[in-house]
Formats: sequence, structure tokens, C-alpha cells
Amino acid sequence: MSAPGDSSTKAAMISFVDDHGSFDRQSMLSRLRIDGPQSFFVGPLFWIVAVAVLAGLLIYPVFGSVFLASNLTNFLLNVPLALGLALLWGHCGVLSFGQMAFFGISGYCYGILAINMGGGSLTVLAAAIALAATALVAVAFGYFMFYGRVSGWIIPVLTLVFTLVLETFLGQTAGYEWKIGEALLGGYNGMTGIPSLSIAGLEFNGFTFPLYYLVVILVAALFLGMRILANSHFGHVVVAVREDFERTELLGYDIRRYQLMVFVIAATLAGCSGVLYVSWGNYITPSSVGLLAATLPVLWVAVGGKTSFSAVLISTVLLGLISDSLAVYSGEFAFVLLGALLLFGMMFAPDGIIITMAARVRALIRKGGRS
Amino acid sequence: MSLLVLEGLTRFFGGISAADHIDLTLEPGELHCLIGPNGAGKSTVFKLMMGLLRPQSGHVLLDGRDITRLHPYQRARLGLSMKYQATRVFANLSAKQNVDIARSRRATNGDVLAWALDRLGLAGRLSARASELSYGQQHWLEMCMVLGNCPKLVLMDEPTAGMTPEETHVTADFLKDLNERGITIIVIEHDMGFVREIANQVTLLHQGRVFRQGTIGDMERDPEVQRIYLGESHG
Repeated sequence: MSAPGDSSTKAAMISFVDDHGSFDRQSMLSRLRIDGPQSFFVGPLFWIVAVAVLAGLLIYPVFGSVFLASNLTNFLLNVPLALGLALLWGHCGVLSFGQMAFFGISGYCYGILAINMGGGSLTVLAAAIALAATALVAVAFGYFMFYGRVSGWIIPVLTLVFTLVLETFLGQTAGYEWKIGEALLGGYNGMTGIPSLSIAGLEFNGFTFPLYYLVVILVAALFLGMRILANSHFGHVVVAVREDFERTELLGYDIRRYQLMVFVIAATLAGCSGVLYVSWGNYITPSSVGLLAATLPVLWVAVGGKTSFSAVLISTVLLGLISDSLAVYSGEFAFVLLGALLLFGMMFAPDGIIITMAARVRALIRKGGRS
Repeated sequence: MSLLVLEGLTRFFGGISAADHIDLTLEPGELHCLIGPNGAGKSTVFKLMMGLLRPQSGHVLLDGRDITRLHPYQRARLGLSMKYQATRVFANLSAKQNVDIARSRRATNGDVLAWALDRLGLAGRLSARASELSYGQQHWLEMCMVLGNCPKLVLMDEPTAGMTPEETHVTADFLKDLNERGITIIVIEHDMGFVREIANQVTLLHQGRVFRQGTIGDMERDPEVQRIYLGESHG
């Protein structure tokens, strides 16, 4: 066997990623791969473009406007949530309509804590607690779902119900009895006046550049992290669960544990987006976890191509940009267009519009290269 | 000590008994064939062994330990492994990925999987998508995959279904070699020629019950077995 013995050198992270055995830290590091069979866009050209885009985004504040950077931040901050759903749905085969619920739980938790802590550097602690609370809710919800052997189309329905129950609950918190410390939940009007994330006087709000930098760097880091995770042994097993869970279980994997781990990762990433959103806008309302909001992540991921993190990143930002541009004319108009895109994608490009287009281009280039 | 013991294993589907008080013992190193007409309960017995079905009564013992209530993945980790009748490889992944997923890092008693890949001529085809392999090769790939845990006992449900005569022959040789490497094997098979070639013990199931057990010679000499299963054409 390629992997040596037992768990004396096993780090916490390793025991987390691999329940099928153990291997030491050295071999783990040598296995870190950002390109691999679970990635559609691979190779030097892709990475040159990716680094150029990242460099462009980092340089942008030098000559760009705060207003556009703030808008871009708003679109980019949804990327962690979308990447999580791509892992959960695209890689693990579990479709969840509950990602915005975790976004909301995290946003509200952060809001309540940050208001009560009175802003400042303590907001970082508020963010950490909010993410931990989100992960905890995901563990509890996911445990009953996956260890109860719920599968197939029941999961989207359960997660959607979870979202709608949360929205209904938050909607009826208008009274003063729903004041937690200094924080007023505010019913359908939502919670306002939430302090932005702040570290040592540097405030990450929606009208200056620090949050923009934070979001760009975080998105880049998470993107890399997800690529490495997907191309690790853990990532392969996750895909095996999607392909044939019974076969995977008979190979000795506790598939419920894999599904739960992916579910919690996806929920925590959604929570990440929730905290960033509240830090950006300083408010959150129950409509963030409503029916319309809950369908948006599914749409971003499906239109891009649910198995590719790159495609999902692009589609999340592009669709955010398109809806925002159309909202100038009418809010509903944007949703009609997004719905039409989803329908078109499902009928003509079930692997995702971006992935299908990229595959066509790739085929053309190869054909051109041969002739 | 016997490797696997089934004690009074019973499973009904509605009013139909798919397995009715099945008693079966597998000794270490056996190459055992499970035969019987369609609907005799052969695949049900496999599912009960692996934990894909829970019995209504009875027990499954592995190395003397009662594993009746264990999940399939726990049984796999204890050394049980099963190949499905229809190929169940991960068709959209490469053969290498299939193998990587199957290869347990827990196993310590030698890389039988690598040996099997080499033995079945798949070592050079690992970069191909599993779905691009021929039907027989997909069967073989799955046979290699079920060895990823270095199992003590391998269950093979009709391993030669749909194979060409040459592939069937290679498979028979492979199973015999595998058995000689110390792995106990139980095979569900309809092809009596194949059974004759590989098995040292045979169990005939009929209507969910164990009808006869013995060597292939015992079976072929038994007029009741002839009547129920083998018929004139097999004689």
C-alpha cells in the first residue's frame, strides 16, 4: 500500500478529510493538487488568465471608482456560498435550497452579536461565532437528514421548507419582545444599523475599499481551497458518493459522514457570504432567506455548470451584475431573465451554459489543431 | 473457526420468502458457488451478508463475531466485499480514479488490488474512462476494486454474466489464483461449466431455502438436484 501505517502523526485536518484510513502529513502535503480530474478548467493557460484577473481586481481600486468596487463586492461576496453549493450539489449530488437559510442565520447572528458588542475589533469575534453557530445548525440539520438516510428529491424539499420556516419566523419578529440585548430583529423590515467588520480601526464597509480587498482575496483563497479539496482523495470519494452511493458504501466508506461533512462545509461557506453581506450593507431582512432568494444560488450554480468552481464563480458574478443592471428598469424583469436562462440551460445545456460553451470552444480548438 | 456463518437467516418480501432460515458456513480458503433457479434467493442472501438488507430473523457471524446489525461500510472494513451482477463501476470517472477510491489506506496485508490489475491486463488502461472499457473489462475493473480493502471474503454475483467465452475463461483462472492467495470467495453462478471449473463447494438454493450442499460431484449425482436445477441439458 502506498500509504504508511497508523495515526501517530495524523493531524486534525487529516482525520477530518479521510475516514477511510490514515496517512501522514508529509504524504498529505505532496498530494495537494489544484488541477485534477475534478476540474474542468486546467493547465497553464487557465492559471495565467486566473492570475491576470486577480491582479486586475487587486489593481482596480488604484484607478476605479468606489461605487463600482462596492457593487462588485456585492456580487463577489456571494461566491463563497455558490462555491459551497457547487461542492454540495455538483460534486456530492445533494441539491439544497437551504443555502440562503445558512446565509441568513449567519447574517442575523453576526448582526445581533456585532450590535451588542458595539462594533470595533470585536466584530471579528462576532463573525467567528456566527460562522460556528451556522456550522452547528448545519451539523444538527444534516445529521438528521443524512443519518436518517434521506436522499434524492426529499432533500431539496426539506431544505426549502427549512428556509421558508426561517423566513416566516424572522418575519414575525417585529415586536419589541424580539429585542436581543441592543439588537432589534425588526420583523420584515429586518435588522438595521449593524456595524461592519473592523480590525484595529480598519473598517470593512460597503463604501470604502478594504472590504473589496478582503472579499477579492477571500474568494481567491476559497477558490484555491475548493480546487484542492475537490482533487484530493476526499474529493474523489465525494464524487463517488454522487455517482453511486451504494457502491461507495460497499467499498468501506461511511457515505453519511461524507455527505454531512460536505453539507457543513457548504453551510459554513454560505455563512461566510452572510457575514460579508451584512458587513457590506449593515442590514439584513427576512427576504434574504425567502423563496426568491433561496432559488438564486441554485440558479447561479446551474447556469454556470455545477461541477466546475470556475464556471460557478464566473456565473455568480455575471448574473449578479446582469440582475443589478436590469433592476434599474424593474426588479421583476431581472428574475424573468434569470428564470429564462435557467430554463434554457436545463433544456439545452444541462451541464451548465458556461461549461457547455467552454467545451464547444475546446473541441473547436482541438479540431483546428488537428486539421 | 469458520470465516462466515449464516444462522437461520430469514427475509420475507410481503408474503414471499426470499430467504427462509438459511444456514450456510464458509471455511477460510473456500471457493464456494451458490447456485439455484431464478428467484431462489441467491442475490438476497448476498445482500443479507453485506447488510444491504436486514434479516427479519437470524444472524450473520464473521470470524465468530455477530455482524447482523452492522452497516455495509462497517462490514466492508471488517473484510467483506461484494461485486454486483451488473457492473457498478463509477462510469464517469477514469479507471485510475475508480481504483484510487477503492484502494483502502487501512489495508496492510499487501496490495492485492495492484496484483489483480496486472493479472487482468488493466494496469495499462488506467487513464481510460471506466465507461470506455469493454463490458468484460468493466467487470474486471470492479473485481479489482472490491479487492481494495484486501478482503477476507469476496462475494461475486454472476461475475461472468455477458462475458465472451475467452473472458469467462480468464475470469475463472483469475478467481482460482485469487483463492490461492488466501482470499475466500463465494460466487453466484448459472454457468455450470464455470462452476465445475472453479468451485470446491456448492450450495443449491431453492425457493429461499438451502436445498443441498456438497461438492459439484455430489450435486451432479443427486437425482433431486438434477430434477430441480440441473435438468437434462446440464447432465
